[in-house]
Amino acid sequence: MDLSTTYLGFKLPSPLMPGASPMVDNIDTVKRLEDAGASAIVMHSLFEEQITRQQFGTIHHMEVHAQSFAEALSYFPEPDDYRLGPEEYLEQLGRIKKTVSLPVIASLNGISAGGWVDYARKMQQAGADALELNVYYLATDVLETGTAVEGRTLDTLQAVKRAVTIPVAVKLSPYYSALAHFARELDQYGADGVVLFNRFYQPDIDIEELEVVPTMGFSTSASLRLRLRWIAALHDRIRPSIACSGGIHTSFDVIKAIMAGAHAVQVVSALLKHGPEYLKDLRDGLARWLEDHEYESLQQALGSMSLEKCPDPGAFERANYMKILQGWQA
Amino acid sequence: MPERRMITMDGNEATASVAFRTNEVIAIYPITPSSPMGEFSDEWAAKGMKNVWGTVPQVTEMQSEAGAAGAVHGALQAGALTTTFTASQGLLLMIPNMYKIAGELTSMAMHVSARTVATHALSIFGDHSDVMACRQTGYAHIVSNSVQEAHDFACIAQAATLASRVPFLHYFDGFRTSHEVAKMEELTDDDLRVMIDDELVKDHRLRAMTPDRPVVRGTAQNPDVFFQAREAANAYYDACADHVRAAMDKFARLTGRQYRLFDYVGHPAAERVVVLMGSGAEAAHEYVEWAVSRGEKVGMIKVRVFRPFVVKEFMAALPKTTRAVAVLDRTKEPGAIGEPLYQDVVTALREARDDGFTQFSADPRVVGGRYGLSSKEFNPAMVKAVFDEIAKDRPKNHFTVGITDDVTHTSLDWDPEFDIEPAEVKRGVFFGLGADGTVGANKNSIKIIGEETPNWAQGYFVYDSKKAGAVTISHLRFGPRPIRSTYLVSKANFVACHQYVFLDKYDVLSYAAPGGVFLLNAPFGPAEIWDRLPREVQQQILDKKLQFYVIDAYKVAKDTGMGRRVNTIMQTCFFAISGVLPRDEAIEKIKETIKKTYGKKGETIVKKNFEAVDATLAALHRVEVPGRITASYDMPPTVSDRAPDFVKRTTAIMMANKGDLLPVSAFPVDGTWPLSTTRWEKRNIALEIPAWDPAICIQCNKCVMVCPHATIRAKIYEPSRLQGAPATFKSVDFKSPEIKGMKYTLQVSPEDCTGCKICVSVCPAKDKSNPKHKAIDMHPQMPLREPEQLNYDFFLSIPDFDRTQIKIDVKGSQFLQPLFEYSGACEGCGETPYVKLLSQLFGDRALIGNATGCSSIYGGNLPTTPYAANRDGRGPAWSNSLFEDCSEFAFGFRLAVDKQMEQASELIQKLAGQIGETLVDELLKADQSDEAGINAQRARVVELRKRIAGIKSPEAGRLDLIADYLVKKSIWAVGGDGWAYDIGYGGLDHVLAMGRDVNLLVLDTEVYSNTGGQQSKATPLGAVAKFAMGGKAIPKKDLAMLAMSYGSVYVARVAFGANDLQTVRAFLEADSYPGTSIIIAYSHCIAHGYDLSLGCEQQKLAVDSGHWPLVRFDPRRAQAGENPLRLDSKAPKVDLAKYIYNETRYRMLEGIDPVRAKKLLESAQREVRARFSIYEQLAGFKTADASQADAAETKK
Repeated sequence: MDLSTTYLGFKLPSPLMPGASPMVDNIDTVKRLEDAGASAIVMHSLFEEQITRQQFGTIHHMEVHAQSFAEALSYFPEPDDYRLGPEEYLEQLGRIKKTVSLPVIASLNGISAGGWVDYARKMQQAGADALELNVYYLATDVLETGTAVEGRTLDTLQAVKRAVTIPVAVKLSPYYSALAHFARELDQYGADGVVLFNRFYQPDIDIEELEVVPTMGFSTSASLRLRLRWIAALHDRIRPSIACSGGIHTSFDVIKAIMAGAHAVQVVSALLKHGPEYLKDLRDGLARWLEDHEYESLQQALGSMSLEKCPDPGAFERANYMKILQGWQA
Repeated sequence: MPERRMITMDGNEATASVAFRTNEVIAIYPITPSSPMGEFSDEWAAKGMKNVWGTVPQVTEMQSEAGAAGAVHGALQAGALTTTFTASQGLLLMIPNMYKIAGELTSMAMHVSARTVATHALSIFGDHSDVMACRQTGYAHIVSNSVQEAHDFACIAQAATLASRVPFLHYFDGFRTSHEVAKMEELTDDDLRVMIDDELVKDHRLRAMTPDRPVVRGTAQNPDVFFQAREAANAYYDACADHVRAAMDKFARLTGRQYRLFDYVGHPAAERVVVLMGSGAEAAHEYVEWAVSRGEKVGMIKVRVFRPFVVKEFMAALPKTTRAVAVLDRTKEPGAIGEPLYQDVVTALREARDDGFTQFSADPRVVGGRYGLSSKEFNPAMVKAVFDEIAKDRPKNHFTVGITDDVTHTSLDWDPEFDIEPAEVKRGVFFGLGADGTVGANKNSIKIIGEETPNWAQGYFVYDSKKAGAVTISHLRFGPRPIRSTYLVSKANFVACHQYVFLDKYDVLSYAAPGGVFLLNAPFGPAEIWDRLPREVQQQILDKKLQFYVIDAYKVAKDTGMGRRVNTIMQTCFFAISGVLPRDEAIEKIKETIKKTYGKKGETIVKKNFEAVDATLAALHRVEVPGRITASYDMPPTVSDRAPDFVKRTTAIMMANKGDLLPVSAFPVDGTWPLSTTRWEKRNIALEIPAWDPAICIQCNKCVMVCPHATIRAKIYEPSRLQGAPATFKSVDFKSPEIKGMKYTLQVSPEDCTGCKICVSVCPAKDKSNPKHKAIDMHPQMPLREPEQLNYDFFLSIPDFDRTQIKIDVKGSQFLQPLFEYSGACEGCGETPYVKLLSQLFGDRALIGNATGCSSIYGGNLPTTPYAANRDGRGPAWSNSLFEDCSEFAFGFRLAVDKQMEQASELIQKLAGQIGETLVDELLKADQSDEAGINAQRARVVELRKRIAGIKSPEAGRLDLIADYLVKKSIWAVGGDGWAYDIGYGGLDHVLAMGRDVNLLVLDTEVYSNTGGQQSKATPLGAVAKFAMGGKAIPKKDLAMLAMSYGSVYVARVAFGANDLQTVRAFLEADSYPGTSIIIAYSHCIAHGYDLSLGCEQQKLAVDSGHWPLVRFDPRRAQAGENPLRLDSKAPKVDLAKYIYNETRYRMLEGIDPVRAKKLLESAQREVRARFSIYEQLAGFKTADASQADAAETKK
């Protein structure tokens, strides 16, 4: 079965790839992913804060007490080639490039067009074939408008695009009031792909200690539906390619994402749970289903259930919502 | 040959630069002010820099200077070119090996930043008392007077020692030269190759001990031969001076800088001559040139080579017209005829006469004088006073200069207004806070001017003795000619005050020359600022016609994302208005420096700094100075009117930076000072302080427990005490099942709080509807200052609750009065909460011996000291002996206390008939295991005194004197890990083995904190420290395990942030245990590199990750048949990485060498688990008794 697809301009043998996760920290795991048929490697995100805070924080803690007490003009040694930038990330990127023959997509997570954007260029220099720009942002400021939020993301995209020549995908959250329009704007600002969606960190509350506690569980197939709706809505309506990220646990999930219109499918939770080799199970399941259902190729199914093409577009939209709601009330 | 560079550096770096390149082995131990020489060497070695033979020298940190000297001796004997760097007490520890090295005619040049030896007090500053204590060792002494000379003489000494085989002690003045930043010409590697003769290096190697050519050295000799054999080396000393002269001449041919054994400067027919050595000689040089240009027949001799002292050469340097000589020594030898150089000069003149080579028909009169002890200022005005004195018919001998001696009247008068600095030299004085980066910025400015322009530049930096909120004063000079002014700037063309609040505390403008520029960082604009100045400041601006500029640098810093670092901003202002360089050029240079400093660390930082520079000029304003004074207030008095007389007369003067003005009569004669002086120094350094909400507070007193400065306190008291309370004084019913009907108050001392926030971070009480709000939150200090000060005064006036009624747990212990308060320790210090707890629990009956280090500095550095007495006048008796002998020092306390207790017991038994058998019996058998018991015994002693008052016998008199020893005393040795794990370990181990009732408190920061972050044996695996730049490769020494191995020692490892109750219990158990006890206390520290308000969180993680297992080993349990060891913490539940990577000391290794960081993390993680498992097993063991009991149980 021909599972080939095109994502961010790369001709890939299959749409399946690991999503951004700590799996790439281990070169052995990366190799296993390649062996399991990954069509690309997506690295975990390098955070804007990681770059700026690490630089400022470390310098602050090293400098704030220096040159102020006669007996101790400093408290730390000062090596020449001490790197405060996340150089390790770039080095790991280089190592992955050397290890695998797949396209490697580096990932930057930031929300402003600051000095950290320089790392996009460094990622390209280190061998990244493409970039995923993750714009994780909670617009909690009551004075900040949606336009401002979108504007800042577009500025960031523009800054990153200026810094590199490789393709740039933007990884979005679902929380935009006009996501389709925003996706079109991203298109106009040069995005080469959109990744739907990043997973929001949803902290829990400790009711005894009155503290907010971080939690991050695995996704389930249920998380997929939100993606399906938006992939279907955007397929063929914007130029950038579309990746589905979140909720892919079975080969049926993969097929749904493809039918909704995803050019690539990123998997994280399922691989963390079952190991990198599970990617092969997904791939085999996908191929088998397509064969069983006498598809000629993956391309035949791609976008078949998008808003443009599906037999009942209303099902994705408001009408269907009403129907379900009414049915439930009854 | 590559061209020599003109660069700016300090004397330490200048010296190390040569020593590093001309040696193969460097063994050191950190000690101020020499530490940077070792640190530079270590850094260069870690970076792979090579010596002139193309190999990287081995740099090793030892456990003490004695250890370093041993390693140096060994390395020399085994044929390596070897050096070391040290000072003061450290040099004294090297003396035994120096005798050996010299006795064996071994070539080496060691480098000493000469520092005061501790006598009545410790001093980190410079004089020659240390090096003068080595003049008899057989080392040649070569003295440099400036940064350039320190560089040059390091080379000459190395060349001369190889040629002469006599080892050389090269020294220069601590701080004045070691820490002065100056422009100098750097010797190239080729220069050094020319100077160091490889043939001589070969000879050195051939003298090495090797089994391939075996010899025996270090024999023991008997009366028949020792004497002759000792004299056998004479010829080498006779020839030594020739070798030095030859090296100096060769050096002159190479560089154009000619030095001589004795350099004469002055009128060829001088009648008055001053002789001295060290940096002071440059101030004298400056004066002599000035005086000669005015026709005065004066001159001076710079003694370059003090040992061997070559009489003929000295005589040749002295003009034959000389009628009077003043010999100045920077040391004091009480009881001697005079100080060393004076004695040598007198002897030289006499020998010359006796041996017939004197040029004088009548010998000049010679007087000796002391100057500059402990870096006391020595300037041309003082030099003038000396010359004026020897112009008299009967000049004073054995005089002092630079102080006012109104007791024995040794001092010479001098005119503080006398000033000969040429107008061509531009002078700047900058007042800053340690944390604002002023010193760093000034060092950059010197670099810019010194290296980028033809000008010469010099910087000297004065620091105060506080670690929190430290004040720095930078003294900068720039000029077209080399600068010899080895003294502070007193008349500055440019004065900058980087902190507005300083204007209320220090006489900043006293440094300003008429017509100069004054730059102020203040939160007020140009229109507003004038009215915000105290009267004294306005007056001086008008009187001196100063040009006045103002900038709100904190606003610029905040707006440009620089936080509270105003260094770059103030530096930009300096260049913009001082006119030292064209403005645009200067700004370009500042930016280049920023790029150089931060470029490799991250673009973001560079950009932010650039933005700050660009935003500065728009925010800098010239102030239109009105022609009259409009001030609404005067500078407030330094201390409150209520302060004791001594504090007002002496302490307050020091606090105001005017201690130089105090005469000899102001001081105690033996270094004994009163307690409780920090309470008069209201420093107001916190921007925010905690404010209490009684409605939420659960009265746990955790905030009080963790406060490093004893500035948040709790008290319980009768409701009636509230009478007369200020309107805003807060009070609430005390919650307690045992003590009913009392009121409770938690009170902050607003002017003493440092704003560290650690109290807020540990507060567990949250507002249920708004958990962000806790029982204590931080609020701006300014509006709270006045009302809370009133409240605090009222709080202090309420008597402390009866100690005997308080249950001593975490909460209870914090109702006890801290007798250690408001120290100068860092904000958020992790050591002081333990010291404070000790003072609360046992302070009224404690003798504390303190090892040198942070705890002796915040514990005993003037002007004010934190140990305090209670209402009864009792409090900790505290003293610092040395770094290395703290355990033994405290052990001595125990011997003396026990002996006196024993004598008192003997005497009461002897006098039992007159005292009364019952009282004697009670006194002897008293149970003093708790507060009530101690209180009762104190009452008995009062009664005893009453009864013996009427007895007229020598015994009764003796008993009266020592009766207080019948009350139990608590003896403590307190110090850091440098003391306990390294330099003092031998003594500590011995005291542990002696079994006497001494308590050792180890404040373990896992690094040398006071001297700036050098590794100790307490430094954990994987942590980066100086001398462990690649991360420490072996685990920290398990001191608790070693102490436990005796079986007879009470051992506790505690961390108050992780388990405060265990900490309190450990202190109580240590005190109550009748043998030796040791408490190893986790102390978070600025040298760990994170926000210390999170110190307690980190302590929790240290324990939860298994890095710091909490244990208590109590031999009393073994006596009771139980396992003596209690493991008070649970098995590791978080990964080590979660703990360590919050701290820069670990995280920076990821930046240096990520692969090694990962490897070390893995080993550290393994090691932590393995060690915890050993503790678990040890704590799980059953004692023999228990096993037998179990076995018996089974049989039943």
